[in-house]
Amino acid sequence: MIDLLLSTLTQGLIYALISFGVYITYSILDFPDLGVDGTFPLGAAVTAVLLVRGVDPWMTLVIALAVGALAGLFTGIINVCLKVRNLLAGIITMTALFSVNLQIAGSNLTVERSVDTIFTAPLTMALFGKLGLMERKLIVSLVLVIVVKLLMDGYFRTKSGLLLRAVGDNAGLVTTLGKNRGVVKILGLVISNALVALAGCVVCHEQRSFSATMGTGQLVYGLAAVIIGVSLANFYAGSAPARALRGVRGARFFASPTGTTAVVLGSILYKLCIQVALSVGLPANMMKLVTAILFLLVLVLSGRKGEAIIHA
Amino acid sequence: MLEVRNITKVYNPGSVTEQRLFENFSLTVDDGQFVAIVGSNGSGKTSLLNIICGSIPVDGGDVLVGGKNITRMKDYKRYATMGRVYQDPGAGTCPNLTMLENLSLADHKGQPFGLGRGVNRKRRDFYRQQLQSLGLGLEDKLDVRMGALSGGQRQAVALLMATMTPLQFLILDEHTAALDPKTAEVIMRLTDQVVREKHLTAMMVTHNLRYAVEYGDRILMMNRGQVVLDRAGAEKAATSTEDILSMFNRISMECGS
Repeated sequence: MIDLLLSTLTQGLIYALISFGVYITYSILDFPDLGVDGTFPLGAAVTAVLLVRGVDPWMTLVIALAVGALAGLFTGIINVCLKVRNLLAGIITMTALFSVNLQIAGSNLTVERSVDTIFTAPLTMALFGKLGLMERKLIVSLVLVIVVKLLMDGYFRTKSGLLLRAVGDNAGLVTTLGKNRGVVKILGLVISNALVALAGCVVCHEQRSFSATMGTGQLVYGLAAVIIGVSLANFYAGSAPARALRGVRGARFFASPTGTTAVVLGSILYKLCIQVALSVGLPANMMKLVTAILFLLVLVLSGRKGEAIIHA
Repeated sequence: MLEVRNITKVYNPGSVTEQRLFENFSLTVDDGQFVAIVGSNGSGKTSLLNIICGSIPVDGGDVLVGGKNITRMKDYKRYATMGRVYQDPGAGTCPNLTMLENLSLADHKGQPFGLGRGVNRKRRDFYRQQLQSLGLGLEDKLDVRMGALSGGQRQAVALLMATMTPLQFLILDEHTAALDPKTAEVIMRLTDQVVREKHLTAMMVTHNLRYAVEYGDRILMMNRGQVVLDRAGAEKAATSTEDILSMFNRISMECGS
């Protein structure tokens, strides 16, 4: 039971990296980027091949980020320069990447037990070697997610980050500020897809395998996590305890959760829901169906039904 | 100096709905002039502004600023020296960003948007002071989301943002049309104030003939892609709202509308 909870928490944290990416495209840029379903396995494919070839596990994170960024650049150029609609631009990237992924890693690739992952690398063992593998996975994922979250929060407060938020909110204003809105949009897609590929990379480390079909439904997963997280955060921010906390010095973090915090919580919650559905006896083959039905429920219950959501 | 030379603009070319709006249209605006443009719907006022700003392409002719041809220049590059306020009060600000963040964005115009801090806390007092001068009580709402403010308040901030950094041209596209009469009056007064203080060249499209007469140095009346009345200087000074109104009615009559 504890093990199941630990692994669900770990999964929720790792998959939160996808939600971070989706948060940028969907929530901030108002761009439903289906390319995610291709970028996620791309990150995993590259990682699997690199690990098998003996590349340093930490290095694979960096490479996955870079490869994902390229995929985002691809979608961005299709959408902005070639003026293809956002949904179609993502579908083109997704479809193209399916073949690219097969070329990189075949339809399945397993990373042998003898190969070190970020969960068994010397640095990790030196820090958390006393813990069991399950606990270590949880801690490493948690650290990774916190680092990415803080970097994102920091970025949103920079001039570049402010402009990125502006382009999704009112693209016309970015033009009157003398900035090319297309470039800003591409930048957002690059960052988003880099994060999604990072998620694929970490998942590959965690399950020691790549499969060509692992991308299916990942955008839906990310969207659900973002919408659950942001809806709950908005609900919470308007509630009495949050308002009470706002008056307390040093409690601001708990009073008004940022978008990224909300997204992490949304991701964990969503994984929990899926896990519960599976534990009551649903076969694993039904997981995508469960994912889709839960997503529909979330959309209807949050009253958002697909329109853009407000970012914190 | 802004010059529009022999502009041709055709909407839906080659189709049954083809509409030749401008045919060899030319206009020169001197530096520091406040031009008010009036005319009925479809007369080409907003199209003219869009052509100047590069929002829509032309089918012939040139746009020149200070003698430099900018006809092929991208819209966002033109905005380096232009500011624009739209009819829709929501168009000039980001609804989900706070007023402070909105003002910071406008404040950075013309500089690279890198990884430095987006909001400069030291500028807070400056923003506060600017907002105070609007006289709308906005100075205490810096941390409020822009979307939570009223249309008039948003338009006032949009005007402030459009004119925050040094610029040559201010383009006003029916910017008081969506506001109630009292707020429209406030925004119009603020507009006049900022245009005079910063010695801007302004082009204002308006349906309010009184504003056109009262605030413009020069009045243009447009009809079907042509300037049918152009008065500046002493001639404009001798023009009353009634004159413009009767002229306006006569044109409407001739067009059978």
